[in-house]
Amino acid sequence: MTRVFISKDMASLALGADAVAQAFAEAGCEVVRTGSYGLFAIEPLVEVETDEGRVAYGPVGPDDVAAVLGGSHGARIGAIGDHPFFARQQRFTFARCGVTDPLSLADYTAHGGWKGLEAAIGLSPQDVVDAVKASGLRGRGGAGFPTGIKWQTVLDTPADEKFIVCNADEGDSGTFADRMLMEGDPYCLIEGMAIAGHAVGAGHGYIYIRSEYPFAIEAMREAIARSAGKIAPFTLEVRVGAGAYVCGEETALLDSIEGKRGQVRAKPPLPAIEGLWGKPTVINNVLSLAAVPFILAEGAQAYADVGFGRSRGTMPIQIAGNVRNGGLYEVGFGVTLGELVNEIGGGTASGRPVRAVQVGGPLGAYFPPSMFHLPFDYEAFAQAGGLIGHAGITVFDDSVDMAHMARFAMEFCAVESCGKCTPCRIGSTRGVELIDRIVAKAPRAAGALETMPQIRNASRSARSHDQEVELLRDLCDTMKHGSLCALGGFTPYPVLSALDHFPEDFGGGNALPEAAE
Amino acid sequence: MTDIAGIQTAIDRFMQSDTRGALLPLLHALQEEFGHVDPAAVPPIADALNLSRAEVHGVISFYHDFRTEAPARHVVKLCRAESCQSRGGAAIEAQLSHQLGVAMGHARKDGQVALEPVYCLGLCAIGPNALVDDRPVARIDSARVVAIASEVEA
Ligand code: SF4
Ligand code: FES
Repeated sequence: MTRVFISKDMASLALGADAVAQAFAEAGCEVVRTGSYGLFAIEPLVEVETDEGRVAYGPVGPDDVAAVLGGSHGARIGAIGDHPFFARQQRFTFARCGVTDPLSLADYTAHGGWKGLEAAIGLSPQDVVDAVKASGLRGRGGAGFPTGIKWQTVLDTPADEKFIVCNADEGDSGTFADRMLMEGDPYCLIEGMAIAGHAVGAGHGYIYIRSEYPFAIEAMREAIARSAGKIAPFTLEVRVGAGAYVCGEETALLDSIEGKRGQVRAKPPLPAIEGLWGKPTVINNVLSLAAVPFILAEGAQAYADVGFGRSRGTMPIQIAGNVRNGGLYEVGFGVTLGELVNEIGGGTASGRPVRAVQVGGPLGAYFPPSMFHLPFDYEAFAQAGGLIGHAGITVFDDSVDMAHMARFAMEFCAVESCGKCTPCRIGSTRGVELIDRIVAKAPRAAGALETMPQIRNASRSARSHDQEVELLRDLCDTMKHGSLCALGGFTPYPVLSALDHFPEDFGGGNALPEAAE
Repeated sequence: MTDIAGIQTAIDRFMQSDTRGALLPLLHALQEEFGHVDPAAVPPIADALNLSRAEVHGVISFYHDFRTEAPARHVVKLCRAESCQSRGGAAIEAQLSHQLGVAMGHARKDGQVALEPVYCLGLCAIGPNALVDDRPVARIDSARVVAIASEVEA
């Protein structure tokens, strides 16, 4: 019986993989459902097992079964590794994704699984923490804080109980690496968390997954049940979010696990010292934890050898939006933004010129093509007024209205604000109003109230367009410095970058004459 | 109609699991079983978890997912986040809303279908995307809007 491999990743399902799998099963094939390699332009992807190895075809529809099995189909790719999209990738974290049956323990073990955990168990906790430090691994969720240092703090804090929490609340538009890993190689995350548990002396872990990822939730639950014996005495459980973006913020996530409103806590105390239920807690992103098995199995040096500057190792970059070859691209840091968008991504899907690229999700900056020389590196992006965040890249063609995107950023912040700080809660709504006035070229006229002589500090005149823009910048400044967490604090990135790089979209000139005093 | 005895039974059953920080998992369990979290469930939940009713209400109202009214028979969740916008999401939203005869964020009066926003499904390279009764659908164009509309009328 011919064996064929077809992904059951949520993206493949959305593109019709189930019908394709059924058609191959009806044709008498043994169908193995895998994760996705992450090049969605060729999904649904089918790999047929032959004497020369797996031969890939894609995209494949249910009617293509005979042609594919006959080897004559026009969508024949050959060995998937030879596809240009894969040629330059360095797959450390995603090595198994697309290759194996995600829930098969035998597959996982056969493809190098558990080696990292076995190595870790043979080491002292301090040696494991040292290995993570030596690898140079930094938090892949956003801020890029060194993972080993976080673990050291938890290891050094005495307590009767400690926890490992995985932040799988991947809410950023343009990001899907966490989802793909959890669906496509869940044991990798489990292994990383078990290593973390051994390293800091934690007995229990939580994986907090957003409710928008039903397939990842199901895969992780099943994988936890099947691998319980392998990671014992360490135990794991899944917690499901409830549609609050701010729960991606680590302290809000902890409150949510505790059963409360997901409101951000002030730091200090650091979660590493007083985290979940007041106990020392390692809280890391999916990609950070999933990088750990490689580091322990292959050695910290093998990981640190790849990268750019102080950004070591690989980053699973997600190329999304209006792009031809969107998908997951894991490579060492240092690749430029232009290479990612134009060479690897192949430019826009619409065929129109690229106008803007947002990096790092809804709180990330928009960059014009003139900044495509930027290397993918935490420091380089920070210097350019942006952030890497979770390494999502969203491409826009020239039909985009950047004032609309800036408004959207403010609106999103207003909807998702946890309400704790005024600049975020109120400022974001004010920001929407301001941008509306700016684009309508209808600056604010002096109201009846303000012209009353007893109101001394109100403006007595209408504001010009320039003054409205100035006010927007001022508001952004207040949000940036007066907000407790990234939601209010980083919303200025998309707004200001849109304003800085695309001022033409915000209109100019002043429709209203200055009102007389 | 509020099935208060049923709610109590579900709460009692859940409490046997001895879950730490049980409120969210319990609310998910109730919504799964009854389709929504009935406001009448607040007092027994507060009792079971030794919380105030205000705390329970505060949590239910904080999270977008928890509904306090029965949902429509079909729910279409359309992604409105940036990547889907960059692929023409706004036009698809307008068409879908027109075809379904319901505004974004609302349920149709006859209870047949609701159109809800969602901010990213993690399918960002193949948008615009939606979940149609929990089934993911990608690359939505005019033809797919029509197909979705006829599917949810059934
Ligand atoms: S910035 Fe916004 S989301 Fe963050 S803590 Fe303040 S109010 Fe909450
Ligand atoms: S932005 Fe729509 S699926 Fe991510």
